[in-house]
Amino acid sequence: MEQQYIDLYKQFHENIKSNSAPVINALRDESFELFETLGFPTSDLENYKYTDLNASLSIDYGLNINRIHFPVDPYQVFKCDVPGIHSFLFFVVNDAFFPVNEPRNKDLPEGVIVGSLKEIAETQPDLLKNYYGKLSSKQRDGLVAFNGTFAQDGFFMYVPKNVVLEHPVQLVNIMRSDVDFMANSHNLIILDEGAKMQLLVCDHTVDNVRFFANRVTEVFVGENAVYEHYKLENTHTRMTNLTTLLIQQKDSSTVLTNLITLHNGFTRNTVEIDLDGEHCETELCGMVIGDKNQQVDNFTTILHNQPNCHSSELFKYVLDDVSKGGFTGKLRVAKDAQKTSAFQTNRNILLNKTAKMRTRPQLEIYADDVKCSHGATIGQLDESAKFYMQQRGISETEARLLLMFAFTSDIIDNIRIPALQDRIKIMVENRLRGEISKCEGCMICQ
Amino acid sequence: MLEIKNLHASINGKEILKGLSLTVRPGEIHAIMGPNGAGKSTLSSVLTGNPVFDVTHGEITFYGKNLLELTPEHRANEGIFLSFQYPVEIPGVSMVNFMRTAINEQRKYRKLPPISSTDFLRLMREKKELVEMDNKLTNRSVNEGFSGGEKKKNEIFQMAMLEPRLAILDETDSGLDIDALRIVANGVNRLKNPENAAIVITHYQRLLDYIIPDFVHVLYDGRIVKSGTKELAFELEEKGYDWIKREVEEE
Repeated sequence: MEQQYIDLYKQFHENIKSNSAPVINALRDESFELFETLGFPTSDLENYKYTDLNASLSIDYGLNINRIHFPVDPYQVFKCDVPGIHSFLFFVVNDAFFPVNEPRNKDLPEGVIVGSLKEIAETQPDLLKNYYGKLSSKQRDGLVAFNGTFAQDGFFMYVPKNVVLEHPVQLVNIMRSDVDFMANSHNLIILDEGAKMQLLVCDHTVDNVRFFANRVTEVFVGENAVYEHYKLENTHTRMTNLTTLLIQQKDSSTVLTNLITLHNGFTRNTVEIDLDGEHCETELCGMVIGDKNQQVDNFTTILHNQPNCHSSELFKYVLDDVSKGGFTGKLRVAKDAQKTSAFQTNRNILLNKTAKMRTRPQLEIYADDVKCSHGATIGQLDESAKFYMQQRGISETEARLLLMFAFTSDIIDNIRIPALQDRIKIMVENRLRGEISKCEGCMICQ
Repeated sequence: MLEIKNLHASINGKEILKGLSLTVRPGEIHAIMGPNGAGKSTLSSVLTGNPVFDVTHGEITFYGKNLLELTPEHRANEGIFLSFQYPVEIPGVSMVNFMRTAINEQRKYRKLPPISSTDFLRLMREKKELVEMDNKLTNRSVNEGFSGGEKKKNEIFQMAMLEPRLAILDETDSGLDIDALRIVANGVNRLKNPENAAIVITHYQRLLDYIIPDFVHVLYDGRIVKSGTKELAFELEEKGYDWIKREVEEE
């Protein structure tokens, strides 16, 4: 499977490079060599035990290495508007930043630099060169290497020192193509000291073809900076969505990451959070609602490299039909990272006997003065709670719904954008009611 | 209103109720007493349709309807309410949401439109006062972090909200201090009217000082072995259950 892409690169690497920028190209050959060595990850690898890419990779996808412009009106196909969110709005269509004339974006504070990774890499290479690939090139991961080989563009954002964004930034990834299609994009986000921003990433599919997205996002959170990352996935069932999110935190920074999969095909989220400063706080959470043959694997790593940091992790899955879930919670506390506190929880509800969940905590603790805990449960809905509600006249269906909704409530409570929280509450409820087992406004999944 | 005839019920193949019969008419309060393991809580579970018990024989009718054919929620909406011995904690479901859903399901059953927000809030306030329930408790998840007494008050509060025709109080006095007991009993008494009835299941006579029963029944080994008036409760308090056991065994 690798070979066709290896050949493709050998044949077209000049085209790929000429349609990107030197800073991005600087790591390209190195990434290619690594990909040649590693190939695509298989489920024989410990880190990919719960992700089997065979079926997704057997498709012959088109790639857009010559940057042909895809005719699309993102506003037309982007149905997941969040009323009242007042976000700064940006689009990536397939693998390319898609400029639009969004009036709200003019209100971004002075000094914020935002736009196409490729363009900013060309016009302001100094801004990128200390950051681009700094986290991703350390990964020995086939998908990240593949991304480094083929990604030519993506979303870039720089928030200067002490600049606070009053509204969230919304990045909408739209998959749009008439043929089966693959997209590799690279996002880079830099928060300088004391900066503050919230990013909402939404994934959407527009056409009824098979899509394969492999996206890498690097986030650098400076001293005392505050960053929130929300990922809302609402795609059709023929989408393979692979994301790698790499976050580096400096002293006293605070990060919240919340990954919500409401509807999807095949998803793998790799998250690695590097706590590279003291007194960092990081919260990593997520939820999955899966049915039919949907698959979601959240593979997470938190690295406590410095003392006095706190991390907490919470993932919840509700799985029905023959859906499959995977969760890995890796936690490494380095030898000198004393006074670390780290808590990890994964709770899962299987609604029937055919749904599958696989979960594993992996804690490596080399420091001796730490507080760490982990817990994982797989169960069914609480029958005694259900009976209690029925005894108050609540129908079994409604009781089940209330219990499932309650189960996900602490993840929803961890959305600190009120308009988004309200919206997701409604989406989750609709999703659980089974009234809409597909994305709103989408006619593809029936 | 309630007619139980020769009821047999079992759990995991073990028979607990072995031919229980009882008739309850509107306006009556029946106390059911008995030693541990006699089947008191099984009776309340079977009446409310808890699926862990199997009814193997006998019949139960409620206003002429065959109760055994109805789902738990159907029975509840017909007006049967159970104050649970061990109220269940439901994290993530707020009391307000829970209560509004219950009220509206009951109204739907009666073909009434959903309650308006103002009416609902007024009703909540009124009924909270009845059981002297702390305002902050209704802002929390159902029973989560409630003390034993608060849980029992919450049961009576829900009963007040739903105004059942038949209330079953299962060991409502257990774990209550004297003040909480008075508040709970007072709530029950104020909800009492000639149209509704109550079955009070208790181990001790103490609760019956506050809720005066019309009839007292002794449940032993899955059957009602003795019935009388409230004086029977005093006798049991004084002499314990051993003399009943002896009487039954001599028969």
